[in-house]
Amino acid sequence: MIAVHGPVLVVILPLFGALVAALVRRPLLAWAVSLIAAIGSFVVAVALLVQVRAEGVVSYRIGGWAPEIGIEYRVDAVNGLILVLVTAIAVLTLVYARRSVLSEIIPERIAWFYAMLMLCLTGLLGMAVTGDAFNVFVFLEISSLSTYVLIALGRDRRALVAAYQYLIVGTIGATFYVIGVGLLYLATGTLNLGLIVERLPEIASPRALIAAEAFIVVGIALKLALFPLHAWLPNAYAYAPSSATVFLASTATKVAVYLLARYIFGVFGVHLGIGSVAIASVLIVLSLAAMFIASAAAVFQNDIKRLLAFSSVAQVGYITLGLALANQSGITGAFLHIVNHALMKGAAFMAVGAIIYRSGTCKLDELSGIGRTMPVTAAALTIAGLGLIGVPGTSGFISKYYLVLGAFEAGFWWVALLIVASSVIAVLYVGRMMEVIWFREPNQRCRGLGEAPAEMLAPMVVLAGMTIWFGLDAELPASLAGAAAHVLLGARP
Amino acid sequence: MRRDLVLRVASKFILPPIMLFALYVQFHGDYGPGGGFQAGVIAAAAIILYGLVNGLARAQKMVPQALLEVLMPSGVLIYAAVGVAGLMTGENYLGYDHLAHDAVHGQEWGVFLVEAGVFLTVFSSMIAIFYAFAGRRRS
Amino acid sequence: MNLITGLMADATNIATIFLMVAGLYVVIARGNMVKKLVGLSLFQSSVYLLYLLPGKILGGSAPILDPKLTVYANPLPHVLILTAIVVGIGTLALGLTLVVRIKEAYGTFEEDEIIARDGAKAGEQGDVA
Repeated sequence: MIAVHGPVLVVILPLFGALVAALVRRPLLAWAVSLIAAIGSFVVAVALLVQVRAEGVVSYRIGGWAPEIGIEYRVDAVNGLILVLVTAIAVLTLVYARRSVLSEIIPERIAWFYAMLMLCLTGLLGMAVTGDAFNVFVFLEISSLSTYVLIALGRDRRALVAAYQYLIVGTIGATFYVIGVGLLYLATGTLNLGLIVERLPEIASPRALIAAEAFIVVGIALKLALFPLHAWLPNAYAYAPSSATVFLASTATKVAVYLLARYIFGVFGVHLGIGSVAIASVLIVLSLAAMFIASAAAVFQNDIKRLLAFSSVAQVGYITLGLALANQSGITGAFLHIVNHALMKGAAFMAVGAIIYRSGTCKLDELSGIGRTMPVTAAALTIAGLGLIGVPGTSGFISKYYLVLGAFEAGFWWVALLIVASSVIAVLYVGRMMEVIWFREPNQRCRGLGEAPAEMLAPMVVLAGMTIWFGLDAELPASLAGAAAHVLLGARP
Repeated sequence: MRRDLVLRVASKFILPPIMLFALYVQFHGDYGPGGGFQAGVIAAAAIILYGLVNGLARAQKMVPQALLEVLMPSGVLIYAAVGVAGLMTGENYLGYDHLAHDAVHGQEWGVFLVEAGVFLTVFSSMIAIFYAFAGRRRS
Repeated sequence: MNLITGLMADATNIATIFLMVAGLYVVIARGNMVKKLVGLSLFQSSVYLLYLLPGKILGGSAPILDPKLTVYANPLPHVLILTAIVVGIGTLALGLTLVVRIKEAYGTFEEDEIIARDGAKAGEQGDVA
């Protein structure tokens, strides 16, 4: 069953989870259903990745229709990795979410929360697995619409405004994307990404292609919060319920990055651009700007969730930088960082969620000395923070090492220098958190607090542990990311 | 809310044809323009018209909110389940060929069931949107 | 015939691009959250035109097989745009719902007033970027 129907099972299991969760309406039952569906999806995703590593590409025709007419689901080394990452984060988030959601969302809405979380997972997995340009748009909107609801479920009334602003920006992004796809469709007469590439040489004028590229890249850049299109992200992450933030921060932008990689390597090629300005050079400049400016903004935040959100914008910059370098090491670094950043940010936001669960606040100045009362949580946050800096021994170091390597290979020694320099800013914002958490005397609010409950700690410790494990022994993630890079570089003739 | 006699009587005449037309559009979808989306919206329009004329409370007595909240996921569930039925009969997901004794009838059944699911979801979503906005009071 | 088709193609392109730009302009230029959503809908409807208009073949019939007909309009864009329309409705409904809730929470749906009210409450945001 999995061997043949894996590509579709990985998507419909969470879909069924969402529907049943919406039907049962009982908080605990909805949670259990969602968790089972997510675990099922994870198992299928792992099986798919194993299959892909053995056989190459797994292709699946929805309804048995051939790609020209029907929709093709296509799993290779690139999206196989993304599928495993997203489903794994979903399982851990769900384990973590039960307690956190109980304390943050009113009981009547809890089942809807899980339904929306699973719909969002469905959308993200669908975006990753499908080989049809318009189908990507449909799944993109499924995940986006459920994301807006998830954000609006936050306690603060500012969550509503954050959700509204993200809705406007997200819809513009999705519409830009679909305009680009429309232009590609008009030029080639097909929506299947593989067939589009085959027919590109037949297009007489490159102008349609450039316009399509501009629309698609800007559309996806809005979704992945590429600087300077990131303005929606800090508020969205800051005011969403904790477990929604964990899930979104670790997965949503990553799938968008995957999509960007798919298009710039698989369809357009890195050298296409307007005049002499290729897409790669635009990406390098924007990525560097993100790394510095967003990191600098993070330094001045008092709300830990906002601080980590700005750090996310910066870290996405590293990922897109790796893609823009467009060589084996650079793309390997980018995909390593997709995985590593998902683990680190997942652990960090889980720790912040646990702090909110116990103390009710995530304002840095109210949390002095929280490390003395919640040592495990604070340790997880510390490990994640060290990973964000890129300290040797954490996985963040490995991905930055590959990025620096990629920069040298591409002949941009100054980019390598800037990667190291930007890490110094990360030292500042992580250091600020560490100073408050560990080195200050506990204040009134933090003195009597206990450690977070075990079911919130467990997924946090798993993620933090993997951050260290992948930092010490990077063979598995590096080989997976390397395979993904190999596929992307060989995608166009 | 003021009850306007003309509107109430007129709406009584219009409602049955609207429902009938919805069913026509639903079942004629196999042969001409139509299908679950359009039929669902038309049927929902009948309920919404009833609610506009007779008041929200009466409409909610006819189609309660709780029913809508069951119908919305159920419609998608039917759709997804038809896909799984395809898997069970040895086809790909959403493959209908083996749902009946031959491929043509299988396709017909598959599309029919999928459209029924679409109808339920669209119908209930449209009414739910109407209820959600009409139920709000100006503060 | 050539002249008519040529003019039609131009007119449809111009209509598409006008809707696209006008919608986007409204989204950016208006502070009223409902008007922003109206602009967003305009912007989305330009996409419907972008897909649908080239799919229409002059003199082509509805894409239902019939021995008497040989020229059909391309059905695929219609299916795609039906999906896009549904997505558009969903987005609009969700957006309006959020605006209603925002109005209940803040008493206004002008963006600058909302920012002013939140800023007064928590004046320590310290945004740089």
